[in-house]
Amino acid sequence: MSKSNFTRRGLLKTSAVAGAGLALPTIFTAQSAHAFTNEPTGGTVTLGFNVPQTGPYADEGADELRAYQLAVEHLNGGGDGGMLNTFSSKALDGTGILGKKVEYVTGDTQTKSDAARASAKSMIEKDGAIMITGGSSSGVAVAVQALCQEAGVIFMAGLTHSNDTTGKDKKANGFRHFFNSYMSGAALAPVLANAYGNDRKAYHLTADYNWGYTTEEAVRASTEAMGWETVAAVKTPLTQTDFSSYIAPVLQSGADTLVLNHYGGNMVNSLTNAVQFGLRDKQVNGKDFQIVVPLYSRLMAKGAGANVKGIFGSTNWHWSLQDEGSKAFVKSFGTKYGFPPSQAAHTTYVQTLLYADAVQRAGSFAPCAVAEALEDYEFDGLGNGKTLYRGADHQCFKDVLVVKGKENPTSEFDLLEIVEVTPVEQVTYAPDHPQMGGPEATLGACNNGA
Amino acid sequence: MLGLNKKDLQLMLIVTGLTMLAPFILNPFPESSGMAQFNAGYPDLMQRFVIFGIFAIGFNLLFGLTGYLSFGHAAFLGVGSYGAIWMMKLVSLNVIPAIFMGVIVAGIFSVAVGYICLRRSGIYFSILTLAFAQMSYALAYSVLTPITGGETGLQIKSTDRPIFSSLEEGETGRANLFGMDMRQSFELNIGDWLFTFNAGYYIAAIVMLIAFYVSIRIFRSPFGLMLRAIKSNQTRMSYTGLNPRPHTLAAFVISGMYAGLAGGLLVAMDTQVGPERMFWTASGEVVLMTILGGVGTLIGPVLGAGVIKYMENILSKINKDVLHEWFAFMPDGLEDFIVFLVYPFIGKGWHLTLGILFMLVVIFLPGGLVEGGQRIGKWIKNRGKAKDTGGSTEPAE
Repeated sequence: MSKSNFTRRGLLKTSAVAGAGLALPTIFTAQSAHAFTNEPTGGTVTLGFNVPQTGPYADEGADELRAYQLAVEHLNGGGDGGMLNTFSSKALDGTGILGKKVEYVTGDTQTKSDAARASAKSMIEKDGAIMITGGSSSGVAVAVQALCQEAGVIFMAGLTHSNDTTGKDKKANGFRHFFNSYMSGAALAPVLANAYGNDRKAYHLTADYNWGYTTEEAVRASTEAMGWETVAAVKTPLTQTDFSSYIAPVLQSGADTLVLNHYGGNMVNSLTNAVQFGLRDKQVNGKDFQIVVPLYSRLMAKGAGANVKGIFGSTNWHWSLQDEGSKAFVKSFGTKYGFPPSQAAHTTYVQTLLYADAVQRAGSFAPCAVAEALEDYEFDGLGNGKTLYRGADHQCFKDVLVVKGKENPTSEFDLLEIVEVTPVEQVTYAPDHPQMGGPEATLGACNNGA
Repeated sequence: MLGLNKKDLQLMLIVTGLTMLAPFILNPFPESSGMAQFNAGYPDLMQRFVIFGIFAIGFNLLFGLTGYLSFGHAAFLGVGSYGAIWMMKLVSLNVIPAIFMGVIVAGIFSVAVGYICLRRSGIYFSILTLAFAQMSYALAYSVLTPITGGETGLQIKSTDRPIFSSLEEGETGRANLFGMDMRQSFELNIGDWLFTFNAGYYIAAIVMLIAFYVSIRIFRSPFGLMLRAIKSNQTRMSYTGLNPRPHTLAAFVISGMYAGLAGGLLVAMDTQVGPERMFWTASGEVVLMTILGGVGTLIGPVLGAGVIKYMENILSKINKDVLHEWFAFMPDGLEDFIVFLVYPFIGKGWHLTLGILFMLVVIFLPGGLVEGGQRIGKWIKNRGKAKDTGGSTEPAE
C-alpha cells in the first residue's frame, strides 16, 4: 500500500498540472475553423448514397444506386448528360458542383433505422459527406432525416411514401421529391369513382405499420368524400405471407371493393391470394368485385405477375412517359444498364440533380443556403412536368400518375399503363393538414452544424 | 488491487489502455492514403464498439457461465432504449438518468421474462426467449405505436420539453452530461493523421470499463462458481440440495440489465430508437459476437463485438469503384477479373465474409478469437525451445 500525505504545496502542484491538462484539449478544437459541417475544401465534394443493399428492399436499393452513379457521371460531365439537358435550370454545366468534382460513398441501410443511421454517421464523420440521400422505407427515411438535421447536413429523401416524412416528422434539413400517401389517395379517388361508381363499399387490408396507417387514412378520406362507404379496415402483420384467412371474411362483409394497403412482398402475396380466391370473378351488390392497390411499383407488378392486370394504383413516375425529360433519362439509363429505370431510380436521380442545382444557384454548400435555394423552387423538365418544392414542408408537388396493370404486357418491364395523370391542384393540401401532423408539426430551424 | 488477482488486473489494464487509446489504435492509416478506408476511428463506430461490447459482456455472463443460450437478448436492449428515450423526452436530457432508466426497465422486464422462460432449459429456453423477443418486436412495431412510435421509432423532437431543461422555444434537445454535448469532440492533426476524441465515446468507454470490471468480479465470485456448477451439471446441483433457479434468474436479470445499459447508452449517444433493435437478427448478432470472440472468456465478447461491428460498418462501405481504384495498377483485363473475384465479399456481400469467418472460427478455433490469441502467444513462447516431453496437464472437468 502506498502512503499518501496531503500537503498544501502538493495539492497546489497537482491541481495546476490537472488544470493545464484540462485546458490543453481546447488548443486542438480545430472544428471551429469550418463554417458548416464537412465544408468541402479540396477540389472534390463527397455525397453519401445510403441505400438498402441487403434485406427486403435490396432490389429497389440496387436500382437507386445505379441512378446515383448515373447522376454523378452526368454532373461530372460524363455520358450524354441525361436530364441535365431537359432540366429547366441551366445552372449546372457538367463541371461538377461549383467547379468541384463530385465523388460519392455508398452504405448499406439494411432497411433498419439503426443500421441506416450508423451508415449515414460514418459517411458524415469519416468520409466527410456534405449531403446524404437514399432510403427506401419511411422508417429509415425519418430516422436518417433526423440525424442529418442534428449533424447539419442536407438529406434528400429517396423512396419514402409515408405522409410522416414531410408531415409529422418533417425537418428543415430534409427534402422529399417522391409523392406521399395523401397524394395517392387524392389522385386515385376520382379515377376510381369514374371507373367503379360512387356507391362502392370498400374493405381495407392494411399493413400494420406507419406507412400502412397513413395510406389507409388517405385512401379512406378521399374515397369517402366521393361517396364510398368503408365497411371494415383490418390490419395485417407485416411478416404475413399467407393472406387467405384475411381474404375469406371480405366476401361475407358485403363489400364490393378490396383496397390493399400493402407494399412489396406483402402486396404480391395478398393480391395473389385475393385473385386465387376468385374475388375478381364475383358479383357483389350487383357489381363486379374490384381490387385497388394504392402504391404500385414495377418490382411489385413483376412479383404479382398476371394478377395485376386491370388493377388500379398510383405511382410517382413511369418510364413509358413521353415528355422530354423522361425520354432523356430512360435513354441514358438504358444505354448504361440495359433496361429501363424504376420509379425509385428516377426519384433518386432527380434528387441528386436538384441538390447539385440548388448548391450551384446558392453558390455555397452551406445547408441553410441550399435549403433556401430549394424552398419554393419551381422547376420543369425532370419527368413529372411542372413541379414545386414547397417551402412550408419541403415536399415536391407535381402531377400524380394513376396506373393499372397492363392487359397485354410486351416485356417484363412493360407491366403498367398510365390511365390518367392527375393534375397537381387535385393532390395539393395545406401544410398543416391533419393527416400531416396538424399545426404542431414544424420544420424547425435549418442547421449548418459545426 | 481492486480485488483482482494479478492476471485479471493485467487484463483490466490492457483493456483500459486499449479503450482509452482507441482513437489512435483505430486510425492507423494516413488520411490521404487508399488504406484510410479501413480506419475505424470515428466517433460513431468507436461508440458502437464499446456499447456492443457491454451488450456482449452481459450476454456472456448468462451464456458463458450458466450455459443458458438466450436467443432474445435484443429485447432487453430495445426495452432499455425505449426507457432511456422516454426519460430524455419527459424528464431530463442528461444521459445519466436516461441510462439508469434503461437499466431499470430492462431489469424489470428481464425478471418477468426470466421467471417464465427459466422453467425450461436447453433449446426450449432458447425458443421461449426468442418468442418473447419477437413478441416485443411485434408489439413495438405496430400494436404499441403510441408508446414506441411504431416503425418510425422515437426521436427527440423540437416540441419535447423535458421537466429539467432550459431549452429555448423551438430548440431541439440534445443528450448531454451536465452540459457537455455527447457529440462534442476535438480533433488532433498530426501530419497526415487525424485523430478524433469524442466526449460520448469516452463516457461510453468508462461505462464499459466499469461493466467489464463487474463482470470479472462476477466471474471470480462464489456466485460465478455457482453459475458454472449449473452449467456443468444442474441435476447434480439439485441433488446436493441447492436450488439452481434463483441463481439462474439472478444471472438472467444481471445479463438483461447489461443489455439495458447498452440500450440506454445507444440512446445517449444517438437519440433515436427503432423497433428493429429488437428483431431476432439483433438477438442472433450478440450470440455471434460472443461465440466469435470466445464463450466464457472475459475479453472474448468484446473482441467479437468489435469484429462484427467493424465488418458491418467498414466492409459494407467498400463499393466497386473503390475496388477499381485499388487495383488500377493492374492491366485492364486482370483488374476486372480481380474485382470480379473480390466484389462478392465486400459491399453488400459483407454478410458472406462474416459467415465465412464465423465458420472458420467455429471449426478451427472453437474457443473463439481468444483461443487464437492464446495459441499465438503459446507459439511465440515455445519458439526455439525444444519440444518438452510431457505436454500440458489438463485439469479434470
